[in-house]
Amino acid sequence: MDPDRRQFLRGAASAIATTAAAVAAPVNEARAFGPREPKTLPPNAVGMLYDSTLCVGCKACVTACKEANDKPPEQPAALAAWNQGTWDTAEDISGKTLNVIRVYQDGAMTQKDREEDGYAFVKRHCLHCVDPSCISVCPVSAMRKDPETGIVTHNPDACIGCRYCVYGCPFNVPQYQFDEPFGQIAKCQFCNHLQAKGQLPACCDVCPTGASLFGLVADLQAEAERRLAQKPGAVYEFPRGQLGGDRSGHEAPIGEYQPHVYGEKESGGTQVRYLTGVPHEKLGLPVLPDHAYSAVSEGMQHTLYKGMIAPLALLGGLVVLARRNAKAYHDEDPTRTDDEEDSR
Amino acid sequence: MNAANLESRIPNPALENHQPLGGRIVTKPFMILGVLVLIGGYFILRRFLFGMGDVSHMSNGFPIGTWVVLDVVIGTAFGCGGFAMALLVYILNRNAYHPLIRPALLGGVFGYTLAGLAVMIDLGRYWNAFNLLLPWYAQTNSVIFEVALCVMAYVTVLWIEFWPAFLERMPPAFKKRFHLHKMQIFLRRYMYVFIALGVLLPTMHQSSLGSVLLIMGSKLSPLWYTTWLPLLFLISALAMGYGVVMLESTLVQRAFKLPSEAALLTRLSRVGAGLLTLFLVVRIGDLLARGQLGLAFAFDRYSILFLIETTLFAAPVLILASKRRCANTRLRFLATISLLAAGSLYRMNGYLLAIDPGNGWIYFPSAPELLITVGVVGLEIMLYLIFIKTLPVLLLPGRIAEAAGRPS
Ligand code: SF4
Ligand code: SF4
Ligand code: SF4
Repeated sequence: MDPDRRQFLRGAASAIATTAAAVAAPVNEARAFGPREPKTLPPNAVGMLYDSTLCVGCKACVTACKEANDKPPEQPAALAAWNQGTWDTAEDISGKTLNVIRVYQDGAMTQKDREEDGYAFVKRHCLHCVDPSCISVCPVSAMRKDPETGIVTHNPDACIGCRYCVYGCPFNVPQYQFDEPFGQIAKCQFCNHLQAKGQLPACCDVCPTGASLFGLVADLQAEAERRLAQKPGAVYEFPRGQLGGDRSGHEAPIGEYQPHVYGEKESGGTQVRYLTGVPHEKLGLPVLPDHAYSAVSEGMQHTLYKGMIAPLALLGGLVVLARRNAKAYHDEDPTRTDDEEDSR
Repeated sequence: MNAANLESRIPNPALENHQPLGGRIVTKPFMILGVLVLIGGYFILRRFLFGMGDVSHMSNGFPIGTWVVLDVVIGTAFGCGGFAMALLVYILNRNAYHPLIRPALLGGVFGYTLAGLAVMIDLGRYWNAFNLLLPWYAQTNSVIFEVALCVMAYVTVLWIEFWPAFLERMPPAFKKRFHLHKMQIFLRRYMYVFIALGVLLPTMHQSSLGSVLLIMGSKLSPLWYTTWLPLLFLISALAMGYGVVMLESTLVQRAFKLPSEAALLTRLSRVGAGLLTLFLVVRIGDLLARGQLGLAFAFDRYSILFLIETTLFAAPVLILASKRRCANTRLRFLATISLLAAGSLYRMNGYLLAIDPGNGWIYFPSAPELLITVGVVGLEIMLYLIFIKTLPVLLLPGRIAEAAGRPS
């Protein structure tokens, strides 16, 4: 072999050794890599069942949400002039809007809750995930989940505004106020300030048809399954406000549901349930796997940084090598000084 | 001469000397950079007065924009020269590369320090930034938390590693007065600890920059989303580190008419090519294993991005595979540029271009947003120029030639 060629092979070998040395520990571990254990629903998890077929699009919940959470009305530029700008016309959740009703429209829009030539409403806010991505990514614990109720809250005094919760939330829920010099993250906190006073979340409180229904997650799940088991068209007494509360119900025919309770398993499960007449992905509720991506990312971190063993072992090896090699070329290392004399 | 000699030649310290380059500081290019920095400064001011929306096109669909992606995710990879060279010289004991270490380190100092500056511009609630250091706010499951702390630690280590260059320049009387010689001796004795940290910390946070994306799940195209992201980010960071050393060395040598370090760079370029090969093996192997390689040939937006990116990764490997092409300065330079572009595009794709948050969100940076990034990079280059002219960073003519065993 000519020396040049050997040199190349050596170069290549040293390149591979370079990486191998740096990553040997992590890679070995990565083979054993797996997501961390999924999280489970808190004991007294509260939640919401949103039944799209009951929603009449009145947006009472949007207004109530703004009032309950001190948020200003919003007029996107295109709609600002409409009705002299007196109406709140938010198109999606934003830094000023924690909850919004969106409309699905197709073709002639002749029938409600039909995919073709139909229309449907959908409500958008935080789903209070069982294993929330927003908590997993937040470096300063600004997002927290109540261990009892499972409500996911945000603490602006902790928040550094890095917006990784916005980036990572599978439902695009947290919203940063980009138009403010001192903006903060806006997000539905399930009206926990009202709940603390024994009141209902504002949106469920005002909903005239029971489309937004408050309750314990376990009960809401059972209620959703009950509705799915009914025959479409059968008259059903839909509870309003709170499931099991003392309000009178609302009698209406059972809708033509998609056979899927959205929010039960999505992204490791959430505390909100959706029943819809139009496939959920058409309504902007994304198709998601049954596991939370936070479990994947935390599984990786826990494998690589378990007890800091791998990094410390790597550091130990590096110190030994650096010491030996820097010594061998003593005058060569960055500590070498020109003026030995005056440092003595 | 052939390169094998080079390896066996133990450099003679008496012949080597890092020296300030000297010369005028305020030159024409320097002034141009200054103007860019001022323009960037103006928009930075606006960002703080009127909010981020005033200067940037970031949205709640794309809350991470060019400031993070160009200045931090790509910028720190450009700052990996010091990391990559320290690994080669001090850990793998390839001492022949020693002349390249200090300039590489300096590149790292500025790459990383200014990434920190960019983060402060980007943080929506910067006045709370200190919370990152308060233990009761710490959230150790967060990948970003790991990246943030690790980068802060590494910036400190970089300045410590570079500190001897300042000490060498200080007048002896000044050093005596402030007992700085003690510090000099201390640094000299324990520098190996900082060298080791200077390899460990980038290994950690450069791989974590890949792990950050694991949370994106189905928002990130399966062509990029894999549990091998951390390894791919680490390999590409190292490769870019070598790339940057080659680029910087070639540019400085041209600009200041220094003798060429061609022999060294030729060999270094092959280390880079080796890393790129490894990257491609893992990248393609993973796609095959997950059965997603088909997506690469769907010829939609993601497939085209993937094909461009992969071509940029493969081109340097092909160019550098032949000794003859490898020794050709022009081709080597081309390979270097391709390498750096490949690594940058890979990062840009992962963080921005291959992301679909749904709901029809799109993102294209605004001019002021980009001008802020240009300003930050301009500042970086200005400081680099000031430092190499006033501090002992480069090995100067004559001496470098002898050290590298190459007649000039
Ligand atoms: S929906 Fe988003 S913001 Fe709400 S808990 Fe889940 S991850 Fe967090
Ligand atoms: S923006 Fe605030 S709440 Fe969201 S991840 Fe960053 S620090 Fe946490
Ligand atoms: S629970 Fe409260 S904050 Fe959340 S959407 Fe309903 S009204 Fe708004």
